[in-house]
Order: sequence, then C-alpha cells, then structure tokens
Amino acid sequence: MARLDSKTPEGPLSEKWTQHKSNINLVSPANKRLIDVIVVGTGLAGASASATLAELGYNVKTFCFQDSPRRAHSIAAQGGINAAKNYQGDGDSTYRLFYDTIKGGDYRSREANVHRLAEVSANIIDQCVAQGVPFARDYGGLLDNRSFGGVLVSRTFYAKGQTGQQLLLGAYSAMNRQIGRGKIKMYNRHEMMDLVKVDGKARGIIARNLVTGKLERHGAHAVVIASGGYGNVFFLSTNAMGSNVSASWKIHRKGAYFANPCFTQIHPTCIPVSGDHQSKLTLMSESLRNDGRIWVPKKLDDAQAIREGRLKPTELAEENRDYYLERRYPAFGNLVPRDVASRAAKERCDAGYGVNKTGEAVYLDFASAIIRYGKEEAHVKGLDENDATLVKKLGQEVVRAKYGNLFQMYEKIVDQNPYETPMMIYPAVHYTMGGVWVDYNLMTSIPGCYAIGEANFSDHGANRLGASALMQGLADGYFVLPYTIGDYLSDDIRTGPIATDTTEFEEAEKEVHNRLEAFINNKGTHTVDYYHKKLGKIMWNKCGMSRNGKELKEAMAEIKELREDFYKNVKVPGRLNEFNEQLAKAERVADFLELGELFAKDALERTESCGGHFREESQTPEGEALRDDKNFTFVSAWEHQGAPAKAKLHKEALNYEEIEVKTRSYK
Amino acid sequence: MNLTLKVWRQANAQAKGSFETYPISEVSPDMSFLEMMDVLNEQLIQKGTDPIAFDHDCREGICGMCSMFINGEAHGPDRLVTTCQLHMRKFKDGDTITIEPFRAKAFPVVKDLAVDRSAFDRVQHAGGFISVNTSGNTQDANAIPIEKHDADRAFDAATCIGCGACVATCKNASAMLFVSAKVSQYALLPQGKVEATDRVLNMVKQMDEEGFGNCTNTGACEVECPKGISLENIARMNREYLSASIKG
Repeated sequence: MARLDSKTPEGPLSEKWTQHKSNINLVSPANKRLIDVIVVGTGLAGASASATLAELGYNVKTFCFQDSPRRAHSIAAQGGINAAKNYQGDGDSTYRLFYDTIKGGDYRSREANVHRLAEVSANIIDQCVAQGVPFARDYGGLLDNRSFGGVLVSRTFYAKGQTGQQLLLGAYSAMNRQIGRGKIKMYNRHEMMDLVKVDGKARGIIARNLVTGKLERHGAHAVVIASGGYGNVFFLSTNAMGSNVSASWKIHRKGAYFANPCFTQIHPTCIPVSGDHQSKLTLMSESLRNDGRIWVPKKLDDAQAIREGRLKPTELAEENRDYYLERRYPAFGNLVPRDVASRAAKERCDAGYGVNKTGEAVYLDFASAIIRYGKEEAHVKGLDENDATLVKKLGQEVVRAKYGNLFQMYEKIVDQNPYETPMMIYPAVHYTMGGVWVDYNLMTSIPGCYAIGEANFSDHGANRLGASALMQGLADGYFVLPYTIGDYLSDDIRTGPIATDTTEFEEAEKEVHNRLEAFINNKGTHTVDYYHKKLGKIMWNKCGMSRNGKELKEAMAEIKELREDFYKNVKVPGRLNEFNEQLAKAERVADFLELGELFAKDALERTESCGGHFREESQTPEGEALRDDKNFTFVSAWEHQGAPAKAKLHKEALNYEEIEVKTRSYK
Repeated sequence: MNLTLKVWRQANAQAKGSFETYPISEVSPDMSFLEMMDVLNEQLIQKGTDPIAFDHDCREGICGMCSMFINGEAHGPDRLVTTCQLHMRKFKDGDTITIEPFRAKAFPVVKDLAVDRSAFDRVQHAGGFISVNTSGNTQDANAIPIEKHDADRAFDAATCIGCGACVATCKNASAMLFVSAKVSQYALLPQGKVEATDRVLNMVKQMDEEGFGNCTNTGACEVECPKGISLENIARMNREYLSASIKG
C-alpha cells in the first residue's frame, strides 16, 4: 500500500503557512497575463478563487451549470461563518479555533491545513466587510457574534439566517468587477464533462453548453475544481437539486485520488420527510440550537398519543419531557456537534419516541427562549415582567428578529406556526467532509489540477463543525489557492496558450459525445430519477447514520447491480443538441452510481467509528463512537482502477505535533 | 387533488410557443409546486413526451433560480415565497392552473418555462461591487462602526435573490426594484459610498441598454417580491441618481 506525501512544509506549526508563502515561487505580474486558469463552480470557493486569481492578473475562465454564478448552493447556508477575532473577549484565539476544528473532526483532519484555516479566518471577515457584506451588528455599530455547536465561545459572524447568501453575493460582486474588466470570462449554464490531460498535466476541460447541448473545448494551464460536495448521492439531502459529484468524479477517473468518501455529515436539524413525492430536504440552521431545546416525550404512551394526534406537544407537562441532549451531554447540552446530535435523535426515534406520523422526528422547542427574551425585553423597557401575554409577545419579536426567515420557511413547508408549537426536526444528509484528495497546496494527485472548498477533503476530518464550511470555502478561494497555485504556474510562463486542436482534446470530446449519445439511444424503460431514488434508498439504509460490515457489503453489491441495470434500461428523452435537463441529470446520476459504491467500500474498510462515520461494531458501552487510533489515524485516498470495487487504497498518515489526540467528549 | 395544468411550451428562443393542457391526479397538498411538476414530468417521460423545462435549484427559496408565472402571478398566489416554496395546499381540487414563463423583452425564453436572466448579471458587472482587492490587507472589520439601522436596511436590500419576479410582474417590465436594491445596499454602507456616483450612473445605463422598461410607480413589484424588497429602495436610487447626475 503506497504512502502519500502531503507536502506539508517543515517548521513549527504556527509558522508553516507564513514561511511557506515566503518560500514558494511567484509569477511576475507581466507573466500572469500569459497564463489561463479554469475554475469549475461558483460557490464561495469557486467565486472567491476566480475573483482573486483575476485580480492577481491571471486570465480566468469560470464555469457554472446554473443560469448565474450567484445561484450556487453556498447561497443556502444559513447560520454563519467562524473567525478567531475574539471580538467578544471570551478567550477565543487562532489556536482555540484550530483545536476545536481538529477535535470536532474527531482527529481525522490534517493538522497543518486546519491551522492555516484558523490563521486566515480573521482576514475573511475583514475582507467581507470591506466588500459590503452586511453582517449583523449590535447597537454600538460593531459586529455581532453567536455561538455554534461543539465550541464554548461566540465566534460566529452572521447575517440573520442568510449568511451564505450574503457571503456568496460578496464573492459574486468581486467576480462581477473582474468580469466587467474582462479578466474573468464567465460561462453560465455550462457543465464540465471531462478533464483533459496533456503529458500528465491538467490542461483543460470539455464543457457542455446546456442551452445548445454543444460540446466545447477549453484549454488552460491549470484547472481548479470547486464544484462542492456529493450529498445528493443519497437522493434526498439538503443540497440543491443540481448539486453533483461529476466534476470531482471525472478527475478521479483521470487519476485524482478520492479521500474519505464515507465521511458524510448528517445534519441534526432538518424538516422531516413528508411523503414519497419529496424531492429534497430543508435545513433549519444549527444556530436555532442556541435558543431551541430538543426533546421527545419521556413516556412511550405520550409519544404514541402525539403521533396519533390525540395529544399536543404544548399540553405535555415539563416533567414528562425528555431533553435528551441536556440529559446525556450536560456540558454542551443542545450545542453538541452535529454527528452527536444526529445519532442521539436517531437513537430516541428508533426506541419509539418519535413525534410525527412516520415516527422520525423530534421537537425543537423555543417556548423557554421566548419567555427568557420576553422577560429581558420587558425589563429593558420597564414593562411588567409578570404579564405572561406581554412577555410572550415581546419574546416572539426577539426570536423573529433573530430567526424570522427560518421560522417563515418552516411554516410555509410544514403549515404549522413554530412560534406557537415546537418545530419538528430530523437528521438529513447535509455536507460531505470527504472529497478529492489534495496536498498542502490544494493540488490533487494530477499536476495542475486543484480542488477547493467542499470538493476537497482536507479540513474537517470526520465531522465538520457548524459555520466552518463558509470559512473553509472562502479561505481556500481568497487566501490559499491564489498563492499556492503560483508555485506550480511559475514553470508555465513560457508555455504559451494551450492548443485545443490536439489529439488529447479530440479524444476526450469524442468520448463524452459517445457517452451522451448512448444515453439518448438507449430508449430504456425507467427514468433517471427512478435510479437516483433507488440509489438514495440503498445509501440511506445501509450507509447512513449507522453502518455495519454486513450491510455495507450488501450496499456495494446492490449499487453495482443498480448501475448495470441503469446502463441497460435507463430512458433519456429528447436530443443531444438541445436544452435537455434529463440528459444532464443522467450523466450526474451515472457518476453517483460509481461514487456510491466507493463510498460503501471506504466505510467497510474503516472498521472504527469516528465523527459522522459510526460503525455499529465499534462503540462504547454507552453507545458513543469508539475510535481506533492505532489502526486508523490516516486519510484513505482511493485511486481509480477501472471500477469502484477495484479502487486502490493509499494512506496518508496523520501526525499531530501540537495536539494530543484524545477521546472526544462533550459530556 | 385532481388538477388541470395549462403549461406554456416553447422549444427554444426562436420557436413560437403555445399552451398545452395536462391533467394531473393524486396531487398531495403537502407537495411543493415543483414536486408536482416533477411528478408530471415523470409521467410525460413515460409517455414519450418531452418533459417540461423549468429552472430550479435550491428548492428552499434562496437561490432565485425558479421562475414561473402561475395564474397570472410571479411565483403564484402565495406571498413572500418563490415557486419552490409554494405548496399545493394553496390550490383546490378541480382547479385549472395556468403556468407561463417570466415574460419580458430582456428575459428571452430558453425553453418552455426557463428564461435567460443574464441581463441582471450584466447590470451587476457595470457596478454591482465595491472596488476592493481580496488581498487580506484590508483594515480590521470593526474599524468603522456602522449604525445598526443602516446595517439592517442594507441587509434588507441585500436579501434580493435576483429571481426577476419584479420584472415579470411590472407592466413595463422595469428592473428598478432589482437595481435599486443593489444600489441601496452599497449606498447605505460607508464602504460603498466611495464610488456611489459612478455605480448608480453605470448600473442605470446598463439597465436601460438591456431593454428593461421605465418605472411608473405602480408598486406591483413590491407586492410580488418573494423577499419583500421595499419600494423605498427605488426612491433611494432615484435620489442617488439625481445627485450623481448633478455631480457627474
């Protein structure tokens, strides 16, 4: 089994990044004009990287499948972005953010990358404010913070429940400035279909214009993949409908290793599934756990009465409620990390305490927060603190100001008023910590091909803490990749433009064309969604919140069988050269059908439990996840060998210089 | 529920479109409008008919990609929601629902219900930004305090999702609500004031070049806006534009 070199620089942890930046090769401003870079994806990572690379002087070509870069799914991130600013004076520091992130990731992330992330976090906030991102402020005009799961400080910056939207629009505005200057050429409604390698280096892509259906060749000196995560392998997830693994999977098939595919985050607070027609799931921000208390009935009879509609949750007396997170984890209570909160919800629902029709929901209750805030407001305004109606009204106003858009969203979907009755929530697939393997410079195992943001694997280990995805996306795009890429491109100043009339481009284009044509000509019996839903069921049932060896083996076999059936029997309507959403989707689902199998294989191989990956065979007597540091302190990086089942494992050993690896406890 | 859908079908931008009628049965009131469209499309594919093209992505009301004109209203009969958040419980058994694309000269049809809104992007290229490099060497985020009310109003303007409902709703197909939301966000923040003059002039110029109509203050845009963007923004942009024109 080959060992992998992360190219982490030497020196003390806290100086690695500064020293590395000073030592790597640069490209002069005059030469940057001679270099082209392709960026695929326009979420926080892709948009911020495109803008910064263009500012530095590179010629950037950026691609997104949506009709505008502003639609990328980072837009839907709600809660906030972490930064070690210590504006609240509560003892926060770069080290503490670094430590929390490593611990939150259950000691499966790369130490040097995480430290760098914590170092640049403060810059992100400065940058965004300078760009006009309207973060929440207090009455003194300074930036406000809130607390998130898995930490004991308030370091999360936010813009109501729309932080992702505001940050993405900030990055999009930085892109717009460069598009206006002609430094970024933007390709909306385009999808990357394959990577083109010349002499072993990434030298361009084949893209499909989704409006005309035509294939296009685009050459560049480097290709950056910023196409997000692969949560949609589960069919139902909080990802956007179009979110897909295809760009990452295409480069994997061309030689980029895929790391820790089984590390998936199941987010504890999502709106439960309502029926078979469900097309996606909606998240309720983790920030709600600051004020909402999670509970189920203490008695099975009460749970049943609630499920049958005979009892209302508001009628259940306090002593008959089980605030199970507060009970099990007194130190962190409702703010335990996501993996812990999700498993605890599943445990209660599996034991029969679920509160909706399907028995798969728990309550998130704001009643006590409303009273607490109401009393505060009444006190501040000099009103009667004992007037229950007044206190409730005032408290609801405070809650509305903090979470108004989330409450409105909940009400529209569920048709219940969460100010009056507790929300019902259940865990759902949300984020993928696994992704394309990258070295310290964010380069994949293909020279000249980079992966940033959720698309790579490096910073979150086996579990991501809340408000850290936005931080990583922008850190990679604004402050890391634009510098590390120069080290590689400094060898390319005399290369000249990459020609696309070569055999390499021709062959890649032909292969894509044949693949698409085969779908159209297949004329099978089942729709693309039929297969996607079936895949999702296998993934959720056998590779979901808890996993075991037997079922993982079954999952691998079932996915392989489903994939074979897909190629034989899928029905894709329409033609090649037209706007054909089903054809685009068929290609994405084909890639999910391969990834799913590798995902199960990775989960099978890792017989320990860690973070979001819970193996039933590896747990403590109390049912907590049990890590096996002796045998599994490594990154699994898979090399494609023709089929997912044949993928070859490479291990990157994880060494912790600054941190003592401990059992993660939130009790 | 059993429903009758009258849907605009148009093969591409050049083709002439027309309405087609499709019956649909067993619609659950808990479905979103787009989930109902998914069910219809699955049925059409099985029958060998081309499925209906429509734009959609996040399905949680924030990306701004979905864009249908339902029974004469952008995003349908519910208020403060996009089509993806509209649920079938807002309709009755036996209803006939008419579904059209967002119509405006500046938004040509791509196919069926999907339209090209890149005019919005081009307006933003003209000035929808603050000219600051992403060097990481900007001043500390708390160096300039911003009055909470200004920050909140800037945020309210910034929540525009760029869906185009305002344009589709306006009888003049004016983009004033959209453009003014962006102009306002920056005009309200100290960081945005530096290039306020050029910004408003350039963005309005581009807006006119894209073929959007004039604003005649009907206020329909505000009513149909899924994010509740206020008409105040248009008034603010008019002031900004006037003072910029005098300076400019």
